[in-house]
Amino acid sequence: MSLRPETRTSRDLAARVRADVVRMHRRGSNVGSAMSAADVLAVLYAGALRLPGTTDPSRDRLVLSKGHAAAALYAALARTGVIDPALLDDFLADGSPLTGHPPHGTVPGIDVATGSLGQGLAIAAGMAWAARTDGRGARAFVVLGDGECQEGSVWEAAALASRLRLDNLVAIVDANGLQGYDRVADVDGGLALAPRFEAFGWAARETDGHDHDALRAVLEQVPFAPGRPSAIIARTVKGRGVRDMEDRLGWHYFNVSEADLPRFIAEIDGWVTPPARPSDPSSGGPRRRQRRGPRARAGRGPTGPLCGGGEP
Amino acid sequence: MRAAFLDALTERMEREPDLFVLTADTGFHVFDDFRVRFAPRFLNVGIAEATMIGVAAGLALEGRKVVTYGIAPFVTFRCHEQVRDCLCHPRLPVTIVGVGAGLAYGPAGMTHHAIEDVAVMAALPGMTVVCPGDPVETRHAVLGLAGVRGPAYLRLGRSGETPVHAGPLPSFAIGRAVDVADGGDVAILATGTMLATAVDAARLLAARGIEAEVVGFPTVKPLDLDRLDRVAARHRAVATLEEHVASGGFGAAVAVRLAGAGWGGTLRVFAIPDEYATHAGSREHLLAGYGLSAEAVAASLRDIVRGRPLRARPGRPGAGRAGGSGAVRGRAGATRPGGPR
Repeated sequence: MSLRPETRTSRDLAARVRADVVRMHRRGSNVGSAMSAADVLAVLYAGALRLPGTTDPSRDRLVLSKGHAAAALYAALARTGVIDPALLDDFLADGSPLTGHPPHGTVPGIDVATGSLGQGLAIAAGMAWAARTDGRGARAFVVLGDGECQEGSVWEAAALASRLRLDNLVAIVDANGLQGYDRVADVDGGLALAPRFEAFGWAARETDGHDHDALRAVLEQVPFAPGRPSAIIARTVKGRGVRDMEDRLGWHYFNVSEADLPRFIAEIDGWVTPPARPSDPSSGGPRRRQRRGPRARAGRGPTGPLCGGGEP
Repeated sequence: MRAAFLDALTERMEREPDLFVLTADTGFHVFDDFRVRFAPRFLNVGIAEATMIGVAAGLALEGRKVVTYGIAPFVTFRCHEQVRDCLCHPRLPVTIVGVGAGLAYGPAGMTHHAIEDVAVMAALPGMTVVCPGDPVETRHAVLGLAGVRGPAYLRLGRSGETPVHAGPLPSFAIGRAVDVADGGDVAILATGTMLATAVDAARLLAARGIEAEVVGFPTVKPLDLDRLDRVAARHRAVATLEEHVASGGFGAAVAVRLAGAGWGGTLRVFAIPDEYATHAGSREHLLAGYGLSAEAVAASLRDIVRGRPLRARPGRPGAGRAGGSGAVRGRAGATRPGGPR
């Protein structure tokens, strides 16, 4: 797997996703969870995933098992041309297809409904198994929460994926250390995730989940070991990008007020797009539209209508 | 309902030293003080509903009473076999509290809706199913469940519901219906979060000269058969309201009783149609799309009382699709919430 050096671009995507997420969460809760997953999703959608948002059978699958971070996924799909960005304005509104957790069958680029924790890893394992059986090159990526890993079904799926030697399966744990009502370490006793996945026969790596270069580097290495599924423990901060939100449990639930919105957006603009670095090959270059080629092959315009006339 | 639930539960914790409360990572701003005050008897088991039910069973087998708390779909569907085998079979005194009845978490999407939870819980032998209609009934239900010896499911809305009842209900008991309004033209039987809609529909009917008797059934199982029989003896037109699919729900239970008794009137089951919501929407938006607004209910009942043939029209619920209750289904597909924008 080769990735283009698009550091600048994935950072821009992350910034746009975060700004969208904050605006969207004037309605509804879970803004902190979407912010913590923004960099992981941006790196995936800015190049790490093959043909995301298309209907190509060989595309990489992405299952957002922590479905409550849906806003970040919708924003990533919108800012890479898969869905109309105007839809983000109606997030959670009456009649909007953008529900608080990803739906099935109504939003392009989303293969499966999630929102009840603990289901995504098994689904992704099924997708990876199907891809291998078909001889397709597709891989299955699944983004989990660290709190979510308390669900027993996660470990049932982990054991099965190991038994099936699904080295085209990649689990990324958005490990922000906070869950719905406590710190994760206070609930799971501080059991480390990487050794747990290793004990279940996976190959695991830990990385900074907000460092795009580090995320890209680790994603370039999957599968970490032939015949083993890969787990990436991405250390993150809930609410990353807005200081008031960072590492605060309340932002699992709070809405963003109109009064706070300009300040939060300004902070995101200032924080997420750092000054160009000498080591960044694409710094200073023009912003490039992402995923144009794959999208053209799928027969959809970069900002094509969401439902494509298929909704009854 | 959550505030009333917490107040009543606090009272029980104070006087029942063997009562434990478990949550599956839910309860932010609900249990914040409670968990400190009752720390040795409160546990966040984590995002692990099946384990929560198993631990509750273990505690109950060791002589404790347990209340478990979580979002309704997660504490009924995910762990259903644990509920069946570990709680219902040994008839353990564990109350499963599910918040977010029906479409309370409307915008969150189908994973957070609980529209079939009453059916699956009521199907379990020995399970008591209680769906309070307002904060007053919630308080009575929590206190009343202390006297239930086996497992129970308590289905709550969210928070901020307007009380339907003006004050405490001295005759409230688990398994007993609650008289809300009197009228001789039609009976509206409502359970849980639809009680307020039933009262509103009765007011709309009254403005058109139709007098509706409104009876609340906070307990769906065991159903108050005596009260139901008295309704049947008085009325030729009966409607049921629930925030749930028709299959296996409150209306279906009423239908079984009425049919078995040879009642020959018209039963109208107002329920959520046999489908999952495909779009976001507030509870009120989604319910209106299913013809479950007070206005749509009143209009439908007006036709029945006046003996007009039932006709399909927007706003009529698709209640009969799965229930087989004899009600006529309207064009639910044409009124489903959302649609192309």
